[in-house]
Amino acid sequence: MTVLDARAPSGPIDARWDRRRFEMKLVNPANRRKFSIIVVGSGLAGGAAAATLGELGYDVRCFCYQDSPRRAHSIAAQGGINAAKNYQNDGDSVYRLFHDTVKGGDFRARESNVYRLAQLSVNIIDQCVAQGVPFAREYGGLLANRSFGGAQVSRTFYARGQTGQQLLLGAYQALERQVAAGTVKMYPRHEMMDVVVVGGRARGIVTRDLVTGAIEAHVADVVVLATGGYGNVFFLSTNAKGCNTTAIWRAHRRGALFANPCFTQIHPTCIPVAGDYQSKLTLMSESLRNDGRVWVPRGAEDCGADPAKIPEDRRDYYLERIYPSFGNLVPRDIASRRAKEMCDQGRGVGPEVAGVRRGVYLDFRDAIQRLGRQTVAERYGNLFEMYERITGEDPFDVPMRIYPATHYTMGGLWVNYDLESTIPGLFVGGEANFSDHGANRLGASALMQGLADGYFVLPATLGHYLGATKLEKLTAEHAEVRGAVEEVRARVDKLLSIGGKRSPDSFHRELGALIWDNCGMSRNAANLERALRRIPELRAEFWENLAVVGSGSELNQVLEKASRVADFMELGELMCRDALSRDESCGCHYREEHVTPEGEAKRDDAGFQHVAAWEWRGPDAEPVRHQEALEFELVKPVQRSYV
Amino acid sequence: MSDKLNLVLNVWRQKGPKDAGRFVRYEVKDISTHMSFLEMLDVLNERLLAQGEEPIAFDHDCREGICGACGVVIDGSPHGPSKRTTTCQLHMRSFRSGQELTVEPWRAAAFPVLRDLVVDRSALDRIIQAGGYVGVRSGSPRDANSIPVRKEDADLAMDAAACIGCGACVAACPNASASLFTAAKISHLALLPQGQPERRERAIAMVARMDGEGFGHCTNHGECESSCPKGISVDNIARMNREFLAAAAASRRPLGAEAKDDDGGA
Amino acid sequence: MAQPTGFLSTTVGQKALMALSGLALVGFVIAHMLGNLQVFLGPEALNAYARSLRAVPALLWAARAVLLLSVVAHVSTAIRLVQRAAAARPQGYRQAHHAATTYAARTMKISGPLLALFIAYHLAHLTFPGVAMGGYIHSPTDVYANVVAGFSIPWVAGIYVVAQVLLALHLYHGIWSMLQSLGASHPRIVQPRRALAQGLALLVLAGNLSIPIGVQLGVVR
Repeated sequence: MTVLDARAPSGPIDARWDRRRFEMKLVNPANRRKFSIIVVGSGLAGGAAAATLGELGYDVRCFCYQDSPRRAHSIAAQGGINAAKNYQNDGDSVYRLFHDTVKGGDFRARESNVYRLAQLSVNIIDQCVAQGVPFAREYGGLLANRSFGGAQVSRTFYARGQTGQQLLLGAYQALERQVAAGTVKMYPRHEMMDVVVVGGRARGIVTRDLVTGAIEAHVADVVVLATGGYGNVFFLSTNAKGCNTTAIWRAHRRGALFANPCFTQIHPTCIPVAGDYQSKLTLMSESLRNDGRVWVPRGAEDCGADPAKIPEDRRDYYLERIYPSFGNLVPRDIASRRAKEMCDQGRGVGPEVAGVRRGVYLDFRDAIQRLGRQTVAERYGNLFEMYERITGEDPFDVPMRIYPATHYTMGGLWVNYDLESTIPGLFVGGEANFSDHGANRLGASALMQGLADGYFVLPATLGHYLGATKLEKLTAEHAEVRGAVEEVRARVDKLLSIGGKRSPDSFHRELGALIWDNCGMSRNAANLERALRRIPELRAEFWENLAVVGSGSELNQVLEKASRVADFMELGELMCRDALSRDESCGCHYREEHVTPEGEAKRDDAGFQHVAAWEWRGPDAEPVRHQEALEFELVKPVQRSYV
Repeated sequence: MSDKLNLVLNVWRQKGPKDAGRFVRYEVKDISTHMSFLEMLDVLNERLLAQGEEPIAFDHDCREGICGACGVVIDGSPHGPSKRTTTCQLHMRSFRSGQELTVEPWRAAAFPVLRDLVVDRSALDRIIQAGGYVGVRSGSPRDANSIPVRKEDADLAMDAAACIGCGACVAACPNASASLFTAAKISHLALLPQGQPERRERAIAMVARMDGEGFGHCTNHGECESSCPKGISVDNIARMNREFLAAAAASRRPLGAEAKDDDGGA
Repeated sequence: MAQPTGFLSTTVGQKALMALSGLALVGFVIAHMLGNLQVFLGPEALNAYARSLRAVPALLWAARAVLLLSVVAHVSTAIRLVQRAAAARPQGYRQAHHAATTYAARTMKISGPLLALFIAYHLAHLTFPGVAMGGYIHSPTDVYANVVAGFSIPWVAGIYVVAQVLLALHLYHGIWSMLQSLGASHPRIVQPRRALAQGLALLVLAGNLSIPIGVQLGVVR
């Protein structure tokens, strides 16, 4: 085990990013077009980085698996984006946003990075408004804000319920502008299959053209991965169906350390699973908990009954009961865990899936009585419509049913302060890196981080890398490059030739259920050990009994899935291993062995105030756990309490 | 009412862009009414795979109605019979047991079929490339609140910006016109102060690109608005026309010499 | 497809041309109807009106030139656009479904050519002597007599009735579409826009139909 150095600058925290930027080497504008950059992913981080690097004059190629960069899953973020603008004059500041984020991450994030994020949040809003992002406004024409996710200040900027979409379209439009200008070449419907490492540096990628099946190498001077999170390891998540871990997992196998893989965030207000055919889960804005009351029947005998006929004294408003001061507004992880607990006790509601009712009521009856139907419709009308479209039930008549679902992964490739992974020349941005959120991400912070990385951090740090590094000329004919291409070809051929009976989806569903049950909202050593025994068996079966039809030289969606599931199989195991070795509770990582008397996550700062970063040692070898110690100079670690 | 249904699907199957396509009949049984249309296709595809047949290819991603990836034409209606709904959010309770459905890809010369129900919509990206942006460099903007925007304009701009680029408007239009898509972006930016400096060039360049991609013209049927999952109004098309006509009238250069002297900031 | 290089090679430019030429034709249709309605004031009034139209030949030919140009622009642009639409969707849907469009809108490309045929017939019938169909004796000076004689024949009156229905449909979608093509979509006129198109179409229908029907019913003789 080595101790990792984040290479964050020292000195006063508010001057660190300035200092780092001043120390950086610059690239002469006339020389920039001689440097080639590959950006994988076109969401907020990737799209913004590709556009900005193109503007700067670099020769950029951007890859995405979607048919257009505009479809990256950043588009689905509903709530908003935080920025320490203090436009509401309610006491917000860069320092407060920094403080809230470190605390919200349960003291498992790097202070220097979080401070930079809070500083850049201000520039992000300026940038997005200048691009024409139609943020909500007040009648005076200035930007509107709201309080989000329990924050005590109103620092969240939003564009109806489509903030992610509008921010992404801003980045997408900037990107398309560069495509038109010829500085960025876009490769849609391309899946990254591997990283090319030559002489210890990332020098390109291998892709599969999802239309023609062509497997090709693309060489460059530096590679950026902004390929999102790995929440789809659970099969059911709020991620898009195509979201996958392949890019970061392949980089991991090539030497990039994978940090905190067990930090996965569960969102409490999703529409429950309706049947075993379910393909994904839909998140509904957390704001619903502002006026909705969460309850389950007191006794299991009422669980199948019409909720309107269950009298008040037979309902258990459990969040209000356990957390009298916060009630229904407790943080995401607590609300999620308690819902699971109720369902585990057999008091869940809704249809039985695999013998258990997995759902709790989110009831607006009292809000409708108190505020009137019209006010409720104004506040939540679009969410009610969405709910009704999916479930066929009108929340005005029947209480909503909700259940937690995975929707964000704080873990990811380990990066230093410059967002460079442990493979020199391989930079990682957005959700794909282990990010600035520690063990738990606050609402409206994901968009902020993606754009900070893309518009501001990566363009600066990549310039430094290119300016400071002597790189040899490289062509696709280089032996290492051809070797990487051959490995990808062999892997694709292998997937096509197994000739088994089970579909990629059936393996994926089984893997997902296994991880959800053992490494989901609540974890313990026995379960994690069981999962660690079962996953290798499942993976072995995958490689013996996988069914893929069609060929590799055409659009083949089964093959795409199979390739992604193969990597999830390996990642899932690492998640369980990480969860088992982190013998404490923190943020989203809830180990049943480490609980305060009130039932909250109990950290072990002496033992685990560090980032765990895993090194790949081969498919059947145990990975090595490295550590980056975390220091809290400014925000002193305290125990969270909401009772 | 039973929550299971049986359906007959006539699905367009086409191996590749250059191959001839045909309809293939599939019977699907015991479909839960709570499934989405795409989940119904998933179930069918799992069965096909188990039988060693090639599953039906269709584009999809977020499955929550925002990414714009999905979209098939069901009995002549893009995204199916429900209003303001993408195919991924269309649920099987919208159908009756025993129904026979025709499932086709978006059909337009500008959207070549890649396989089965998957089409190439990159023409829409190229329309945006022509001018669907504000030419602002990362890092150079002024404070966000130094650009006040009338709330009404901001709301109208947001209405237009809600477009998800799915292409249903093209699929629905009797002329396979991309006017609603193009108009939505021209409107979004024309309504905001940030969009003003490039307003004229944008309208002319985007219309020219739209035409250059081989889309048809607008004959004001309103089918686009009706099938748009985000309910984008055809008023935006009138605004695009107005923007274009005003820009063409005011332009100092002949149309076509309107090439943008955009160095992309390089 | 090549990127357009001039105003009139863009679809929006072509639609503006359709709208403007259509506007000229709508103006003519209304003026023509108002003039012809003088048939109900008796032979003297109508014939005097007809003479006044020819009083200044230069004006007459100028008006005819504008009309002719409008027709040529309207028809030739329509042909270009219809060809374009056909090329834009080479393969149609197996099952067509309409959710919003109107019958009038869908039949524009049928009502248009039929109206062109009707105009040719109408000119031959009442304007240019010698080719009159329907076997009446054309008088170069007594327009009233021509109208009465021409419309007395039931099948001729029938052609006119059918043509006016087509014209009304074409006007209904055309007027609404014209405003849209020229960008007239202010919220205050969005509602009146439909009403205007409907009202004008119905007015022209009623006015123009009243003449052949009036003759057939013996009101005009």
